[in-house]
Order: sequence, then C-alpha cells, then structure tokens
Amino acid sequence: MSVQPEALPLAPSPSRRRRQGRFAASESAYERRRERFAWMLVAPSVLIVALVAFYPLYETFRLSLTNARLGSTNTVGYLGLQNYRTILSDSDFIDALRRTVFFTISSVGIELVAGMIIALVINSNFRGRTAMRTSMLVPWAIPTVVSALMWQWMFHDIFGIINDVLVNKLHIIDEKIAWLAGSNTAFAAMVAVDVWKTTPFMALLLLAGLQIIPTDVYEASTVDGASRAQQFWQITLPLVRPALLVALIFRTMDAFRIFDLPYVLTGASPQTQTVAVYARDVLVGFQRLGRGSAAAVIIFLLIAFMVFLYTRLLNFEEE
Amino acid sequence: MQNEIQKRDNERIKMARLFGKMSRGEITRREMLQQGAAAGIGAATLALFANGPRRAWAQDATPAAGVEVGSTVPVPTDLRTDLTGQEITAILGNDGPGVPFEEAMIAKFSEATGIVVERISGPTATDERLTQYLQSFSAESADIDVVMIDVIDAGVVAAHAIDLTDVLASQGVEYIERIVQNNTVDGKLVGIPWYTDAGLLYYRTDLLEKYGFEAPPATWDELQSMAQTIQEGERATTPDFQGFVFQGASYEGLTCNALEWVASNGGGEIVDADGTVTLNNEKAVAILGQAAGWVNTISPEGVTTYKEEDGRGVWQVGNAAFMRNWPYAYSLGQNPDAATGEVPVIADKFDVVVLPAGTGEGARNADTLGGWQMMVSTYSEAQDAAKEFAKFMTSPAVQKGYAIELSLLPTIPDLYSDADVLAANPFYERLLDVFQNGAVARPSTPSSVLYPELSSIFYQGVNGILTGADAASTVEEMAADMETLLSEL
Repeated sequence: MSVQPEALPLAPSPSRRRRQGRFAASESAYERRRERFAWMLVAPSVLIVALVAFYPLYETFRLSLTNARLGSTNTVGYLGLQNYRTILSDSDFIDALRRTVFFTISSVGIELVAGMIIALVINSNFRGRTAMRTSMLVPWAIPTVVSALMWQWMFHDIFGIINDVLVNKLHIIDEKIAWLAGSNTAFAAMVAVDVWKTTPFMALLLLAGLQIIPTDVYEASTVDGASRAQQFWQITLPLVRPALLVALIFRTMDAFRIFDLPYVLTGASPQTQTVAVYARDVLVGFQRLGRGSAAAVIIFLLIAFMVFLYTRLLNFEEE
Repeated sequence: MQNEIQKRDNERIKMARLFGKMSRGEITRREMLQQGAAAGIGAATLALFANGPRRAWAQDATPAAGVEVGSTVPVPTDLRTDLTGQEITAILGNDGPGVPFEEAMIAKFSEATGIVVERISGPTATDERLTQYLQSFSAESADIDVVMIDVIDAGVVAAHAIDLTDVLASQGVEYIERIVQNNTVDGKLVGIPWYTDAGLLYYRTDLLEKYGFEAPPATWDELQSMAQTIQEGERATTPDFQGFVFQGASYEGLTCNALEWVASNGGGEIVDADGTVTLNNEKAVAILGQAAGWVNTISPEGVTTYKEEDGRGVWQVGNAAFMRNWPYAYSLGQNPDAATGEVPVIADKFDVVVLPAGTGEGARNADTLGGWQMMVSTYSEAQDAAKEFAKFMTSPAVQKGYAIELSLLPTIPDLYSDADVLAANPFYERLLDVFQNGAVARPSTPSSVLYPELSSIFYQGVNGILTGADAASTVEEMAADMETLLSEL
C-alpha cells in the first residue's frame, strides 16, 4: 500500500524534504504554512495512535524487564533481560512456539488452496451464485468461541457426531477415537476447525482480487488458444497476486496469534497450547505481569518480523 | 396472559396434590412426575416441583404465586442500625439464576440496616475474576468493598483483606472447620465461608444391585473391579457403556480429582501446611499409576479431556456406572429437564457417597473442597458497613435460604440436619460426613500467590501420567518443579 507522493501533495514525503533542504532559503512562506497546516491535520491521529498503540507497547516492554506481579504489595524490582531468558529456556514456550508455527503454516496453507478454489467457483457464472456467496460466509460469521464449543461436542469421543458417522454410519473405523485427547488428533482437529472457519474469509478476499481482472484479457487469451490451466497460471494467478498477499498477511498474523480456538476447543490443553495461550497463562493465570509481558513482547517481535517480510514482498511485487 | 397464569396456577395446584401423595409415601417421586406428565402438566411446572413445592414457588415467583424469591429468609434483626445511609459496592456471582436471590438478600439487608448496596456481577471464569479483583486492589481502589472469593484465593488476596475473625465469632454458630482453616492466612481470617462444594462419588444403585454388589465401593480397588464387571456386562447391550468417568482434562478440575486420589491413598496433600512439597512418595506414585490404568479400561480414552459436563453427559444418559463430580449433578440427574420435561433415565436409580479410600497405611476418604467466601477489602472506606454485609450474607438464615432455594451447600454443619433444608435436598444428609471427615483443601494457603502455578504443574503432570507418561519419574519431576517454584516465596 505505498503512497504516491504526487497524489498527496500535503504529505511531507522524503523526496520533498530533501528538496526543502536544498532550496530552504527560497521556500515561500505560503508553502511553510501549508506544511504546518498539514501537520495540524494529522496531529490528532498521530496522537491517538501514540496513545492507544505506542504507549501500551512501551508499558508492556517496560514491565517485561521487571518482576512485577498483579496484586502484589512488594516493590517492583528491575530484572534486566532475565524474563526473556526464562521464557526462551522454558521448554513449554519452545513447544508452544513450534506448534504455533506449524499451525500457522498448515492452516493458512490449506485455507489458501481451498479459498482459491471456492473463489474461482463463485466468481464464475452459475445459477444460485448469490445464495452460494452468502451461505459460504456462515462459518466466518459464527463467533470463534461458539464454533469451538460446537466442534468440541462434535468431536466428543462418546456422543460426538463425528465418531458416530465414522463408526456407525460409514464404518470407516472400528472404534471410536478420542479426537481431542491424543496430541496429534487434537492438533489436527484444531487445524480443521480453523480451516472450516476462516476459508470463507480467504475466499472473500481472493474473490475481490479476481473481480478486478478485466474479462477481455481472458477473451484475448482464448482467441490465442490458451487452455484453462494456462489461463489460471499465466493470467489469473499473477493478477490476483497483490490481493493474495494481503490475504496472506491477515491470515498469517491471525493464525500466529490464535488464542480463542485452542482455549475453548481443547481447554488450552498442553497438546494444543499456542504462544498466545502461553502468554495468557503466565500473565492472567499466574499473575506474573513481568514474565507475561516478556512473552507478549516476543510474540509482538515475531509478528512484526513477519509483517516486515510480507510488506517487502508486496513492495517488490509492485516495483 | 391472564389465562396462562390461571392455567399455570391450576397446574401447580394439581402438582401440589400429587406432591402431597408423595410426601405421604403413597407414590414415589418418579410416579409423581410421571402422573403429572400424564395429566398434561407442562414441563416447566414439573421441573419446578421436582425439588419440593417450596422451591417450586420460589423459583419464578410472581404475585399470583404469593411467594417471592428469597422469602425463606427473614429480614435480619441482629445487624447494626447506626450505619444508615452508607454506601457499599459488592462483586457477587456471575449472571445466572443466583442473581434474583442475591438482589432479594440485598433488599432485606438494606431494609434492616439502611445501608445501600450496589451489586456488580463478576466474571464466570474464576481466574479472570481473581485478576479483576487484583487489578482493583493493586490500585488500592476504594470502589469495591465486598467481594466473593474462591476457596483457592485466600492466599493470593490475603494482603488486601481485613481480618474477619470477630465477625465470624459474632455469628454464634460453628462453621466447617476445614474451610475456616483454609481461609486463615497468618492468623487472619481472609474470608467467611459462604457456600461450599465437595467431590462426591455418584453410583448407579440399579446396576450395583443387578450385578450383585451390596454397597457402594469403599476403596478404589473395589471401584475398579465393580466398574470392570458392570462395564463388561452392560457393553453386551450398550457398546458405549463406561465404568467410571471423572475430570481428567488438563485444568484445575484435575488438580481436585488427583488430590483426592493422592490424599485418599495416604500420599499427603501435595504441599503440607509449612510449604514443604510432600508429593514425591510411593503412595502418590502408586495411586497415580493406578488411575492411569483406568484410562481405556474402565474409563473412556477421552476422559483425559473431560471436564465436569463431558463426564455428566455420559453419566446422565445412563452410560456410566460411576462418576466423580460436584453436588450440582445430583438435581440435574434427578429432575425433569426444564426445557423438554424429559425425566432423566437415571432418575431414582443413583445415589451419592463419599469418594473411595485408597489401601494400606494412611488410607482415608478424601473429597476436595470448592466453594466461595465473603471478603472485605482493606481499601474500603465503609469497612463497618461492608463487614455487616459479609456477616449477613454468610449468616445461618441466608445460608439456609441458599440451600432451600438454590441447592447451594451451607458451610454451617447444623444446617445439614435442618428439616427444611433436608426436605428440599434429601441427599444433604450424607454430605456432612463428607465435609467433616473427608474434606481436603487444595494447598492454596501454603503456596499463597504461587498456587495457580503450583496447580498447573500438578495437573499438567497428572494429565501426562494419564496419557501414558511414567508415574514415578513424572512425580519426581513435578515435585522438583514445585520445590523450585516455592523457593520464590
């Protein structure tokens, strides 16, 4: 989402500042006034961002260097980086981190493929397309806590519908499986529920990308004798790429921060603990403000790094 | 609308007649409900009467019924009247059926003392509730005067509580000793016991009889073999039948279950009163190993993910011989479903008893305590008024009302032999023994602010043992982790 300097003449862009430096003496009072006015206009939003984003971030970082406890009457002591060392040497955190990365890759990967297929289907012309587009969004519209509870009952080993269908109706397996008990099946169940829930979101973003591709490109390629597969790989995919990257940024960040799904679906069991659940346990469950803040800062840095990579990729694409 | 009220009152009168028959011993409780259903009486009315008419009228009281919520509690006369006009704020139960009763109690309190009470609902999850309190206490806020605290919170909030020893003494009755002890930190009574909870063994009377067992199991070994026999027999007709269900998921509930196993086998209570970790002993290892053997034999494989409601789901439809649960499951298993009017298949086919003991030296009955206490904040600017409110809410009269109208367990032993309480909850008769002889408290008082972490080491370790980790080495690791943690105190 880079901003074209010409499009917004009021914004003090780097190139403009360079120019000011060189021709500062000849700059007119009118221009200076315009610039001051521009800063006045953006000041409220800068202030609000500073208040609601940077101040809490600063506080979290400050707390992460201390041994602060919630509700403690002791004086708070400065620990330096001790909290970070404790967390990074905690096998629970390392396991949670590994699990979260694996969860992010597998769920976002599946969602991307499934979302693309759905987007292609509902982008084509067929009867009932509007109904399809609307109904597709139902899983996305259900709050995660509600859908996690719903799936929890469906995965129940004794009276869950999934075991019932697999054992009694389809006879695929002989014995009922305790899905949420085993660490592999519990993790797979978590990925499955996340895919079920967020594929519509992915599909919607991709659909928006598909709709801005002009139809004459396809017509021209048909005239040139391109096959459907060639059209997809050579026209659709390159043109939908910016929308796809934006969708991936959103989904990767969301998946990496996932909290509500494991917290409700498996009651935050050790087999499905993610980094956000870990941070919540330390911060709220154990009332360790300092160490919990350090965990939060680590998560923040990891996500910031991912966003940095993605935006570099996006800028590269645009150039 | 008028017709509906009339219809409902007619139903209630019919039900009251049937209830009379039942109380005279002419019909059983089950027959009362069946005959009522046959006479076309609505599910709501049936559900109301299942626990006795007094509770029935009280639950959705309207002027037409003539009885209001909280009417079982008289306006108090033993409270100070010189604090008129003072205002206090109390954080009480989360939104639910208890709220109208709490409001009724507040109205009576204000009527008697002239103190104005603002009631705020707290969060449902107990750790979130505690966090909210601690945030307010950290700010030394005078906004909150009285709060209800969980039985495991006493150590954590002690620094912010005023001593209520004199208030407890002024009640003039005995409270369950084990809970008072639990709530006492360095000689200070942090909270007055309000209502309580304890682990119980639910068992199917019909199945025990069918397989020739004369009494419920007294030891875990007996439970194991009985569950095995019943499960094998019942699976011929019910493939999903389970011998024993409990709370095995990795959460606070497993700490409660596993503490019962360990304590009942003479393996101590994890941490003793001095804060020394006692967990690493042969008896603890033995019983935890035994419990791991239940998974996939007498208990379903999924029991390691079960919380209270998962196990009750299996139990309530008649698919389990034994269940470890809190007292709330009793009335749910006995009464018709409030929405559908369906009588549970297990109604009148089950009973409760103190949990089994282990074997060998030091074996005993052990039931983990739950429940809530009333605490007064040290930052309150109206401490006298707040104390009066805590005194009233935990008084014998209010506890009796709670027991009759909401089936909450009193913390005053005398109430377990009270005729009105027993009429509403016949099974309470057997609970006093549980509280006096079996109750164990989680080690929250010696571990103080570190209890949540201590408990998570324990439940995660035990969950690991249940899902296949070696009991002896896991117990050793848990004990070492606990020692490291407690060295911070």
